Formats: sequence, structure tokens, C-alpha cells
Amino acid sequence: MAPGQRVTSFSARRVRADVPQLTRMVNGHTITYLDTASSSLQPRPVIEAMSRYYELRHANVHRGVYQTANEATEAYEGARARVAGFIRAPGGASEVVFTKNTTESFNLIAKSWGAANLGPGDVVLLSEMEHHANIVPWFQLRETTGIEVRFIPVTDGFRLDLDNLDELLQGVRLLSITGMSNVLGTKNPLKELASAAHSVNALIAVDGAQSVAHGATDVADLELDFLTFSGHKMLGPTGIGVLWTREEILDSMPPFLGGGGMIADVRTDGYTPARGVTRFEAGTPPIAEAVGLNAAVRYLEALGMAAVVAHESELTADALTRLELTFDGRVRVIGPLDTIERGGVISLDVEGVHAHDVAQVLDQFGVCVRPGHHCAKPLMRRFGLTATARASFGPYSLTKDTDVLLEAIEHTLKMFG
Amino acid sequence: MSNLEDLYREIILDHYRSPRNRGELPTPPAHRVEGFNPLCGDDVVIYLNVRDEVLEDIKLTGHGCSISQASSSLMSAAVKGRSLAQVQSTIDTFKELMTGHDASLSKDEEIDEELDLRTLGELAALQGVVKFPVRIKCAMLAWNALRQGLEEFAQSPGH
Repeated sequence: MAPGQRVTSFSARRVRADVPQLTRMVNGHTITYLDTASSSLQPRPVIEAMSRYYELRHANVHRGVYQTANEATEAYEGARARVAGFIRAPGGASEVVFTKNTTESFNLIAKSWGAANLGPGDVVLLSEMEHHANIVPWFQLRETTGIEVRFIPVTDGFRLDLDNLDELLQGVRLLSITGMSNVLGTKNPLKELASAAHSVNALIAVDGAQSVAHGATDVADLELDFLTFSGHKMLGPTGIGVLWTREEILDSMPPFLGGGGMIADVRTDGYTPARGVTRFEAGTPPIAEAVGLNAAVRYLEALGMAAVVAHESELTADALTRLELTFDGRVRVIGPLDTIERGGVISLDVEGVHAHDVAQVLDQFGVCVRPGHHCAKPLMRRFGLTATARASFGPYSLTKDTDVLLEAIEHTLKMFG
Repeated sequence: MSNLEDLYREIILDHYRSPRNRGELPTPPAHRVEGFNPLCGDDVVIYLNVRDEVLEDIKLTGHGCSISQASSSLMSAAVKGRSLAQVQSTIDTFKELMTGHDASLSKDEEIDEELDLRTLGELAALQGVVKFPVRIKCAMLAWNALRQGLEEFAQSPGH
């Protein structure tokens, strides 16, 4: 698909044909890529946009007066505007900060907004299903400010336990929570959570690393205050992430990293930070990555997020049913068994076989799944697990990927049986 | 599948399904040491009873993949009842098996002798792991903990 060309109806086969890596052979098999929750594969328009940028338009941004420098700046700022539109940022591009990834975005919130606004006794409320990126920065902030970090429990049905939410919200200044669990696939009720947070005058930050790539996100409609996500989980490149926050919050936040690009003035007696988003973008930013992210967002918009969700939901329902029918309880799904408010992330606990061994055997079939704790150790502890083998879908996934997965799991069970 | 069969030899699967020397020993007199693999969350706890420079008893608990669990089971069988000098030598030999060529290159003097797999007995079954670099950490987990445990024991007061 050429950039700018519209896909009128979603076709996973067409998406698949756009992703060069999906034609690769691994261990004598065509690759079966089921690790999109870790990192998605890039379609050709994204790769080509970045190549073209490096071939013809590269220069540093925000500095030069020559033509290619202007083009690079336009490309970089154009990406910011595209991302703002994608998440329906009410204030537009001036609310979108480019970071390195979701993790850096959370560190920025904690170390800038958190350190400036939170003190002893203030509570940051998380959930047991958070990624370490939305846990560790808050523990680090606790060391320096004496805040309390609290967790919303997860039910045996792999959903947030909101029965005691009113109690949990006492003293809370920030509710920081994932839009979609990278282990369970559970999608959380963000609008309800935002309204609950606002009812106690707390803000809400959402980890969109998974949810932004697998569903439409409208920050204004959801009434969010912060949103974080990564380029490489939404068909874009590594090395670029996003922090969105409302303009009035952004304007009140002190700078994060110091250096070039983030200043209005530097003297021998001090400095004055720049205003707006550039205050948080010290040093040469990820320009080619922004170009790639722009192309990825265009690509997703052309597919239509509703179509992406419908496709992935169909794949997930099919996989959940067949896992149950084929293995009769020997392969347990760690996550909801229905597809209501659930994304295409399927964590598996295979009877008698450690996740690493599952992933190792699957690799021999060319199947890429992720074994381990998925940077969510509190959640693994909650369910008494050390590791799961996680399969996850993207817009390019097909039921034939599930066919190979099931065949390889069957082989694993025989081998270790 | 040949690589996979090299990795998952029958001896390894046997030790994974029926691990030897599984359990705990009362501390004291036993020395307790833990090992973690932060990448995958695997853990091992080893209990060591040392008397008169002999590792009289060893027990292990923990969670992990077949490679880490089989390696700890095989290790316990290989070192139990041996003198501390023999245990140390087995640790060194096993580590050499796992690090292979790289280790010999990094040393100043050349190693003349090929690693004698016969001295390793059943442990040699783990040599297929070397072809899977990310799994070497799994195989080394218990061995690193054992070495740490013996060092701690040697430095403990009253020893």
C-alpha cells in the first residue's frame, strides 16, 4: 500500500502482505509472529517513510534555516500533529510530548508532575495488573517524597476488583492505570475510572502501551489527564514514545531532562526553560522515528481502529475456543475467557511445562511467543505464577497463526508428557 | 528438531519430572542460599550441610524451566557426598562446559586439554544447552547459587 492510499475495507491478508518480516523463514518454517504485545512488526509504508527521510530529508530539527532543516522540522512537527489527532487531543499538537517509550513517559510524569505536586501522605493508586513501567517510577518517587503507593486488586476472573474503589480512592491524588493488561488482555473501564478519580479531585494517567494500538482512544471523551504509549507497539519504530497531557497540566510541570532544545535562555547564572512541549524534549529528538510513527498512525487510521479491534477480537475468540477444545484443561488461559472488553493477548499456563520450555519448543516451529513474567511481577505473584507463555495478535495475524500455535503446543505436551 | 532433541535429552526430562534431592534441611546446621534469574523469574534455594570439608548433604527447592530444574537436580547428584575440593572442580568443569570456547579465549594461558566430558558423567547431557545461548543462564542458576553458598559458608564465623 502506498502511503496516503486508503484501504476501503479491512483485509488482514493485505496487511500481512505489507509486512516484509512475515515472509521470513525461521528454523525451516515461515515465521508465525505472535509477540505483537512485546513489539509489533512494521508494515512497508513505515519502513519506507523512514528510509526516504534518511535518504533525502535528514537534518536536525528546530535549528537550521536551510531547506532540508525546515523539511525535517515540518516532518517532526507533522508527526506530533498526527498523533494528537489520533488520540483526539483537545489542545492538539501542543499537548503531545515525544519521549523514548512508555517507560520514559511514566518517568516523566513521576519525576516532573509527581515530584512537584505530591508529598508525604499523598496516594498514587495503581492496580495489580500494571506493567513495571507504571510501578517502579512511583516506588522511586515514594523514596524521595514519602507518597503512598496503593493497588487496586484483580479478581479471580482477571478483572479489576472495583468493589472497594471508594475506600481505595481516599487520599488519592493520581490514579495511574493500564488501558489494557499486557498479560491478561483485560481492557479496563477507563471512562468510569476517570470519573471516579475526578470525584475525589485526583487525576488519571493511563498506560496506553497496549490499548492505543488495539482500540480507538479519545482522551477528551474518556476525560483522561495523562496518556502514555510507545511507537513500536503500534506498527511504528522503536525509540519513540508519547506522553499526552492537557495543556494546563503541561504548562504547570517543571522540566524533566535538561540540555539543548528545552531552554528559552541560558546564562552563566542559570537558565529559563522553554514553554510548551519542547521543554520536555532535551537534545536532538528521534526525528526519523517520529516520521515512522506518523506513517504508522496513518496506516492504522487507514485500516480503521474499529476494524482492527473487530479482527483481533475474532481471532481471540477463535483461539480461546480452540485452546479449550483441543487441550481439555491441560492449557490454562491466564485471562478472561470471553472477548468482552478484552484484547488479543493470550497468556498460557501449560500443564507440567515451564513457559520457557514451551517457547523453546514453539521456536522450532517458527512460532514467536513470549515466555516470562512480562514485566508484571505483582500480577504473576497474585496468581501464584512465575511465568506464562504469551501469544498476542496484531492486525496482520490470521487464524493460520493459531493453527501453528496449537500444533506446536500439542507437540510440546507430547514431549514433556 | 535435532537441536531440540539435543537440548531436551531424556536424562534432562527425567530429572525435570523426578528431581533428585528435592527438599529442605534444618538451618542451622545447614547453610541456606538463594539464586534468582531476574529475566525469567526462576528461583532456586539450596541447603548445604558441610562437615570436615565434605558436602555431606544437599537439598534444593525452587521453580523454573526444565533446564534450570534438571541442571539443579543433576548438580545435586553430582556433588553430594564429595569433598569441597571435588565440588569446586565440578563447578569449574561445568562452567567451562557452558561457556565453552569463549572462556578459553578469555584466559591468558591456553588450555591444552580438551574438556573431558567423561568426568562430568550425567552432567554432560546438558551440553546441548550451549547451542541455545539464552538458556545457559537457566542451566547456570543453581551452580552459581552453589558457588555463592560455599563461599558464604567458608567465610561464616565458626568455620
